[in-house]
Amino acid sequence: MVSKPHIVVIGGGSTGTGIVRDLAMRGVEVTLLEQGNLTHGTTGRMHGLLHSGGRYAVADQASAKECMLENRVLQDIATHCVEMTGGLFVKRPEDSEEYFQKKLQGCHECDIPAEVLTAEEARAVEPHLAGDIDKAISVPDGAIDPFRLVVANAADAKEHDARIETHSTVTDLLIEDDAVVGVEVKHDSGTGERVHGMTGVTERIYADHVINATGAWAGHIGEMAGVDIAVRPSKGVMTVMNTRQVDTVINRCRPKGDADIVVPHETTAILGTTDVEVDDPEDYPEKQWEVDLMIDTLSELVPMLTDARTIRSFWGVRPLYEPPEVGSDDPTDITRDFFLLDHQERDNLHGLTSIVGGKLTTYRMMAEQITDHICERFGIEEPCRTADEPLPGSNDIRVIDDYMDEFGLRSPIGRRSADRLGSRVDEVLDTDEPNPTICECEGVTRAEVQDAISQSGSDLNAVRIRTRATMGNCQGGICSHRLANELHTTYDESVVIDAWNEILQERWKGQRHALWGQQLSQAMLNYALHATTQNRDHDPAADSSVDFTTFDSGEMQSDSGTTAVGVATDGGTQDGDRV
Amino acid sequence: MAIESDVLVIGGGLAGLTSALAAAQADIDVRLVTYKQSTLQQASGLVDVLGYRPNGDGPISNPFEAIPSLPVEHPYQTVGVDAVRTALSLFDEVTDYAGSHTDANALIPTHGGTIKPTARYPQSACAGIASDNRPMLLVGFDSITDFDAPLAADHLTSTGVPFDVRGVTIQFPGDLSADAKVTRYAKLLDTNGDVTVSETGGGGHRPARDALADRVKIYLDDETRVGFPAVLGDANAATVRATLGTSLGADVFEVPMGPPSLPGLRLEDQLFDALSDAGGFIESGNPVIDYTDDGSGTVEKVIVERNGAEIPMRAEQYILATGGLVGKGVESNREGVYEPIFGCHVAHDADRYEWFDEAVFGEHSFARFGVDTDTTLRPVDESGNIEFENLRAAGAVLGGYDYAAEKSASGVSIATGYTAGMNAATTVAQTNNVS
Repeated sequence: MVSKPHIVVIGGGSTGTGIVRDLAMRGVEVTLLEQGNLTHGTTGRMHGLLHSGGRYAVADQASAKECMLENRVLQDIATHCVEMTGGLFVKRPEDSEEYFQKKLQGCHECDIPAEVLTAEEARAVEPHLAGDIDKAISVPDGAIDPFRLVVANAADAKEHDARIETHSTVTDLLIEDDAVVGVEVKHDSGTGERVHGMTGVTERIYADHVINATGAWAGHIGEMAGVDIAVRPSKGVMTVMNTRQVDTVINRCRPKGDADIVVPHETTAILGTTDVEVDDPEDYPEKQWEVDLMIDTLSELVPMLTDARTIRSFWGVRPLYEPPEVGSDDPTDITRDFFLLDHQERDNLHGLTSIVGGKLTTYRMMAEQITDHICERFGIEEPCRTADEPLPGSNDIRVIDDYMDEFGLRSPIGRRSADRLGSRVDEVLDTDEPNPTICECEGVTRAEVQDAISQSGSDLNAVRIRTRATMGNCQGGICSHRLANELHTTYDESVVIDAWNEILQERWKGQRHALWGQQLSQAMLNYALHATTQNRDHDPAADSSVDFTTFDSGEMQSDSGTTAVGVATDGGTQDGDRV
Repeated sequence: MAIESDVLVIGGGLAGLTSALAAAQADIDVRLVTYKQSTLQQASGLVDVLGYRPNGDGPISNPFEAIPSLPVEHPYQTVGVDAVRTALSLFDEVTDYAGSHTDANALIPTHGGTIKPTARYPQSACAGIASDNRPMLLVGFDSITDFDAPLAADHLTSTGVPFDVRGVTIQFPGDLSADAKVTRYAKLLDTNGDVTVSETGGGGHRPARDALADRVKIYLDDETRVGFPAVLGDANAATVRATLGTSLGADVFEVPMGPPSLPGLRLEDQLFDALSDAGGFIESGNPVIDYTDDGSGTVEKVIVERNGAEIPMRAEQYILATGGLVGKGVESNREGVYEPIFGCHVAHDADRYEWFDEAVFGEHSFARFGVDTDTTLRPVDESGNIEFENLRAAGAVLGGYDYAAEKSASGVSIATGYTAGMNAATTVAQTNNVS
């Protein structure tokens, strides 16, 4: 056995970064490879629910108990990523009383604090609940920011000497005899932070063990080693509202079904979801009926959603897995539990472990179990400390209030910066330079944007997930070019223009599912700002074939005849000398 | 008793103001009602006519040559190229805009560093014109995040402009907060109030314009024109530019920016003044919420909401200049697209997923949403029948063209506004003569 093994982890979602942090904290040499940005896969496309376990309290009590335990852990170690909103399971008259009682009993059995509220009590908590609801059960659900959580895990892993590579696609597994000995990886823009326009490089990384934490993409990695991992990807839609119609997580209290949850998330509320099996996690239809279903069904719980403004919709793909012998027909019947596939035992292939299934709330526990498994294999006896040591930003949350005073951050914008940065607020906002607001919808200042750029290169999408810039009402209409401006002069003009065009397209993607009413007006305004004023759609620099001599060269030039221009109009009575 | 006028214009943007002005100059009694601040404050203040053909070809150097080959449903084809010229003459008469000396479009650098084709431009943008080969210095302020001068300069260079251009970022003198609105910068320069100057700048107090010029001078090399973000004064903008220009020994210009746009607001002021001078009456801040008709296709009156009260307003002729999706003259819900005041027909696909293209700058059908009209700009229904005998439409409420891609927003508003106003005035005059 090598004294200090080198482990490669594939997949930069919550599971992958959780494992990398845990391994690095135990002194293991570790490299993380992610094909896109951190959270590129399922993690960045979830509704942001920090489960109390209530949703699993009837059908899957083991998961429910784990959720409640990890919910408490994350409140401690990821304080700046979590908002403890509380949650309600709301029963409508047509919903089963028997199930309501089962839910209540299940919560008690799983040590989930639960209490029955009358309809009046529930409406006292959430005034916009429908007038005809029966009653509700309150549980300690919360909201969690998956972006901040994953970035904090990766940052801490880096502090512990892990190597983190994003925009690095594993193109093959290196196999010798019956063992995986490493990976071949293509870095889109070289190693390190992503910079637009850099030439890609291919690297072979040898490792003592490879962990496949690619979720819905696990089967794809498995194929490279000739092992079969039957992940059953299931898509779900999430529709983002422009304000928080509710401040509490609202669940429909019924066995299972589509469109049964509203999660307040930062400045928005997220409606979810559906559960439809798909063939390919990267290519599946995104349909109007799914969006309409969210609004129409959840309006039964919160009627004002019918006419509320949505700003975009997105789809996530659950990496569901069940042992092939179970054979569920309906994806909603597939367990939400996770599976550790030891390919040595399972397929007689050494050097590779896959982790599939699971959910974000229990990501740390999953990571701990995988890390234990690896450590045991390599004879490492360091205990897991991820449940006790706070993530960067949550180190000492009490200091935030002091910093708020120090930087005069009593304004709403300052408060929101501090909420996002947690205990890092000092190192990020302590600047002598002016710190204007870049994204007005989400209250993101230059210092935060610059901090994000220093972590993530010229990738404005990576800046977005770190700061929430472009994620508010206007979806980047007002601030995309400001973000691009912030990249200059760290990056040169051609890099900036590429990054700018890319964030415009990325933001457009989800808005397409919200194009009616106010958001369609917003979309037209954004189009007008970007095309009419900025001429971004026909940027003459892109083809660079403008004959400047055929255009107006100014009144004075043409008067003195130095430049030939077009014919004078017949309407030349204006007073050009009023200056 | 209803408030009466010969012509009632609904909407206070470029189209509404132009139509009211055209009618008022024809000695017709005109009233203009406008609700919220118009979209002029969101526009750059450049008055474009046609920069690109519908197939994307361009930039077009001569928009007037290109107009006759536009598709028949284009509003320019409805009014004809001569009306576009006449309407621009009216615009040139009442504003201080430049560009009328030639049919050629000007290419003006905007705040993203791209050049944009435009037929008319404010005096403040004159010295920034891209077909002028004098070297240029762009100056940005570190707290104005909308304009990064070095980036804009580099991008202009990439575009192949026929001049040398550099960009610098400086701190604006004085103690404006990092989030000060553009109007605060403009006000400080308008009043030329004293600002504190640092020790390195000589210490003490200096008038704001001098203090700004001092900071720019040290970067000025052989450039004979200097561009700033569009914050150079509001009421005294010309004087601010002239003072700075004298201090710097160079022509000073503004780079148009997005909202809130001072050039857009200055243009709005000029047009409001012109309309008042021509005798038009303007009522702002109150929405038109409803109308009644006589049952045989003539609008009788509209209802304006004023402080909660419903005020009827009657006119012989009505002009709908309420804007497009941005100005809320065209609205939509999950079921469809509609014109909210008169319920005029707006053509659209029943499937809302057909309203947009997958690419951010693809061919969006939503960009063409609006009412269709007859040759005199009267909105028509699905079968092509006139909705109301005495209702005309102008500006972005019209459909059938994508002003953002074509760069034709202002030109269409001015040309159709002028034509709608003249048509309404002519009809009123005929009626008056008969009676």
